[in-house]
Amino acid sequence: MGRTHFDKVWDAHVIKDLGDGWALLHIDRHLLHDLSGAPALGELAKRKLPPHNPELCFATPDHVVSSAPGRTETTYPLGAMLWAGLKQGSEKGRIRLFDLGQPGQGIVHVMAPELGIALPGTTLVCGDSHTCTNGGLGSLAFGIGSSEIVHVLATQTLRQQKPRRMRVRVDGRLPRGVTPKDLALHIIATLGASAGVGHAVEFAGPAIEAMPIEGRLTLCNLAVELGAKFAMVAPDDATFDYLRGRPFAPKGELFERAVETWRSLAGDADAMFDREERIVAEAVRPVITWGTSPDQAVAIDQCVPHPDDAPSPAVAEEWRAAQAYMGLETGQALAGTPVDWVFIGSCANSRLSDLRDAAHVVRGRSVAAGVTAWVVPGSELVKRAAEAEGLDRVFEDAGFQWREPGCSMCVAANGEQVPPGARAVSTSNRNFVGRQGPGARTHLASPAMAAAAAITGVLTDIRSF
Amino acid sequence: MQPFHTLAGLAAPLPRANLDTDVIIRIDRLTTVPRDQLGVHAFEAIRYLADGSPDPTFLPALPEFSGAPILVSGANFGCGSSRESAVWALQSMGYRCIIAPSFGSIFYNNCFQNGILPLILDEALVSELMNLARHAIPFKVDLQHKVVEAGDRRWSFDIDPLRREMLLQGLDEIGGTLLEDNLIRAWQDADRQRRPWVWNLSEANADSGVKSC
Repeated sequence: MGRTHFDKVWDAHVIKDLGDGWALLHIDRHLLHDLSGAPALGELAKRKLPPHNPELCFATPDHVVSSAPGRTETTYPLGAMLWAGLKQGSEKGRIRLFDLGQPGQGIVHVMAPELGIALPGTTLVCGDSHTCTNGGLGSLAFGIGSSEIVHVLATQTLRQQKPRRMRVRVDGRLPRGVTPKDLALHIIATLGASAGVGHAVEFAGPAIEAMPIEGRLTLCNLAVELGAKFAMVAPDDATFDYLRGRPFAPKGELFERAVETWRSLAGDADAMFDREERIVAEAVRPVITWGTSPDQAVAIDQCVPHPDDAPSPAVAEEWRAAQAYMGLETGQALAGTPVDWVFIGSCANSRLSDLRDAAHVVRGRSVAAGVTAWVVPGSELVKRAAEAEGLDRVFEDAGFQWREPGCSMCVAANGEQVPPGARAVSTSNRNFVGRQGPGARTHLASPAMAAAAAITGVLTDIRSF
Repeated sequence: MQPFHTLAGLAAPLPRANLDTDVIIRIDRLTTVPRDQLGVHAFEAIRYLADGSPDPTFLPALPEFSGAPILVSGANFGCGSSRESAVWALQSMGYRCIIAPSFGSIFYNNCFQNGILPLILDEALVSELMNLARHAIPFKVDLQHKVVEAGDRRWSFDIDPLRREMLLQGLDEIGGTLLEDNLIRAWQDADRQRRPWVWNLSEANADSGVKSC
């Protein structure tokens, strides 16, 4: 029987079969950040163990550092100890660290693809659930917990049980104005926030093949909101073109040799999946979330759904609670709802193409009165590339704040919060209760839709902007 | 790690689906609160009213469920962020077993790393157990025999044999894996020949020849 792309990469990393679907897997790449990496390095030292393969580890502070212009490691004082722990642990363990202000610093899942650290056919882990982002390059990438970080540091392996395989095939072409973010939210809203639990998802089909790499990274990023720990797109010429010349990607003849191997990792035509879903790209419209779970999402021209239309009484109760938290009335049109904050950033949407999309909407316009709007580039390199194109001026001239790279307000671990009761449009990936700060009301959307909301001061259909 | 054999006591009902780890523990608590004191902050977004007083609709905090070692909740419990502190917060509240129809995958794994049993049961059974929990019927979970009891009723459950073994013995995975270190190093030596591009990293610098995106 044929094997899927996921199967091939998994099988190539089995050091020992542990039975019942369990394997001792080799880990090729380990990303460490301040919030989860620093304590794990401390725990490793406490156990008097050295990192097994420091050359395969890459560290950068992103979660608990301030994004304020001119920031230092102590601008957010509560994060300073974690930053120091990451720096000292990396130095002691001879682990490469991309520190504040240096090329390479940034959100781990922006940094790893842009530096060519994430490669097709590799296993890659990080103490962060959005590690599946890196699957957009064909890497078997997944988030792990604190204990597992220590395990990887100490052994360069993990004990894992093989998940079931799921394919989401996207036929057709995405309409104009519809982005990979909209597609991701559409898939989650259609299939539900737990559809991918226990599965590794492979995205395939014409719409995926036509999608630029940064879009594939966004799509795979959101897969964990579908419940999937793993998400992948099989590598193709677009992947190889993206990687060629990146600092940690192989060079010259070695690159061509790698490509040959990577090509052989595409799934077999007769590969079987445990679950198959089909999505029609033409049916996708720009999406906005209305609730407190990423699957509570509709097209921007829709209304807040009625709990009577929920599939079960329990779900109806959740819808009521979500609408109360969000301060929305059942049946109200989403477009036109006033907003207070706009956040453009996060590992979902903070890459150069995202900032270009947003800048295109913003150019020559002004942020609406009463709206606070931030742009937080995903990495130092994204920031520098955007500034070289003058995007920082476009945003600042319009009244946006142009800030330093990091996770910032997506996860609000660095004290940067949406105030209680304030309504935010965010290009991030989670609209959970309190995610962007206690009482914060988050609407997830694409960079263009977030930018449009900043200009108009209300939730806005990008197609009529 | 504390082994898990049997657990008896009350089960606290928390009838909500998709309870994410951000709700289980707010991220900014992780920079300030020690691991064993996270319990008072667990579920704070849904546990307290605006004035800081307890929300009576948050059942696990009611006096009749104080000291309950089991939590019964809805599908996709622990979805979202990978933070293992969500498990530590539940542990700090006194829970050693969480019963739900399904779990977030990373959270599920994290439970086993800390001696907590995340028990997956059929949706209909979970709602029956939820009802029994509400009535403060005592529960018993026996991992050795894979049986859960509530009052005078009992149901058997399935669990992956390796995970069960890990809990029964309170195994430390790292110690076990390090016993395989010769195997790991041999695999790596062969891989350096097979896939040299994975290993040739020494000369690269982040700012050397970065292409524009």
